[in-house]
Amino acid sequence: MAKKKIKVIISKVGLDGHDRGAKVVASLLREAGMEVVYLGMYQTPQSIVKAAVEEDADVIGVSYLSGEHLVFTPLIVEEMKKHGLDDVLLVAGGSFPPEDIPAMKDMGIDEVFRGGSLTGDIVKYIEMQAGGQED
Amino acid sequence: MGRSHKVSPDDLAAGLLKGDRRAAARMITLVEDQDERANEMMKLVFPHTGRSMIIGITGAGGSGKSTLIDHLIGRFRGMDKKVGVVAVDPSSPFSGGALLGDRVRFQSHSLDEGVYIRSMGARGYLGGLARATTDVVRIMEAMGNEVIIIETLGAGQDEIDVIHVAQTCLLVLTPGMGDDIQAMKAGIMEIADIIVLNKFDLDGATQCLRSLETVIHTGMSEDKGWTPRVVPTIACAAKSSDVQGVDELVQNIMDHQAYLHRSKKIEEVRFKRIEQELGLVFKDEVEKVVFAGLKGTGKKRQYIESIRAGKNDPYSVVEEVLATFLKEEILE
Repeated sequence: MAKKKIKVIISKVGLDGHDRGAKVVASLLREAGMEVVYLGMYQTPQSIVKAAVEEDADVIGVSYLSGEHLVFTPLIVEEMKKHGLDDVLLVAGGSFPPEDIPAMKDMGIDEVFRGGSLTGDIVKYIEMQAGGQED
Repeated sequence: MGRSHKVSPDDLAAGLLKGDRRAAARMITLVEDQDERANEMMKLVFPHTGRSMIIGITGAGGSGKSTLIDHLIGRFRGMDKKVGVVAVDPSSPFSGGALLGDRVRFQSHSLDEGVYIRSMGARGYLGGLARATTDVVRIMEAMGNEVIIIETLGAGQDEIDVIHVAQTCLLVLTPGMGDDIQAMKAGIMEIADIIVLNKFDLDGATQCLRSLETVIHTGMSEDKGWTPRVVPTIACAAKSSDVQGVDELVQNIMDHQAYLHRSKKIEEVRFKRIEQELGLVFKDEVEKVVFAGLKGTGKKRQYIESIRAGKNDPYSVVEEVLATFLKEEILE
């Protein structure tokens, strides 16, 4: 039996056009042996969750760089709940004030990696949380 | 459907047949991971398949396959058909990871519940598809998709497995990819029912179209019944009104499908598809049985050592192992 691969959705949301960070993270997860579905820019909570459902993703990674993190996070969490994705990890990356992190976690984000995070930490976190699950 | 507990093949199949997207998604993962439940599950899926229109799209990376598919999805949705898309991208030979980027081009349908898209890493399988692609197409059929589009990874000259699964095969080329000698070579050029000459707005496009048409007509045997057609397209344009050739492409796909049904060739295509699937399942299962039998006996190592020492060769070893295992399996 083949080893279970971790499948990750990487996406931008809304009108934020800064996609360099999302691309860097997508590449580094690929190099760590994960299957990364890159959605690109201008996604909505609905399109991200639809992709996560169809791809049977283990993780959704959202990149925020334009101050929209407090607006979109609850919408994504709500859409995930609507589709029963309670077992899917939601991770945010990018640039947002550290004082917003508790609020983001309260809204339902599992972990955040702000600019300056070590790439190894991102990989390790995802492998710990989503790797080696039976089903 | 939590990940903490195992879902039975029966529950998954029941969900799938009702069109449940999460059941379909989970089933696809199980066949991709060669889970122990996959075979039982596929047995339940199989009777509900075999009626969909299956279109294959192959061509080099960057030729415009995904963008063309985005347009095709739109046209088939306009005919009120449910559409499934399987998009294969390469896996890293080093890490096993993959960057699956086809969804970036399918944005026009990112909210349409009548479209089910699945990206797959090839996971080292050669031939332009992933090992599980045939099963994934079956799952999408059973889910109720009337049209299924298979996108191969960026293929060059010989990644032609899509021909065994798809009924109508499209090869996407672009101007500037070589002269008529390239087009005369065996392999990928031969599998196309329709050749799409995309990026027709590039320099040299008209000349390229002419040389492709010449090659097709000089290489044709009379009794083939269907002459491949070349359709020029511009799939990606700044203004949507500048997109060209998509209607003609859809018309040609429908013409080819009509030809398959009229000439009863469709039965031949379906036969070949099953032949291919049977071969794959056979190979996998035999391998599984044999390796399971060898596991823990230390015999595999002994065989390798004996070959390395020049006392044996791979052919004799496989003969010996197969003779023993198949006899035992059949007698049981």
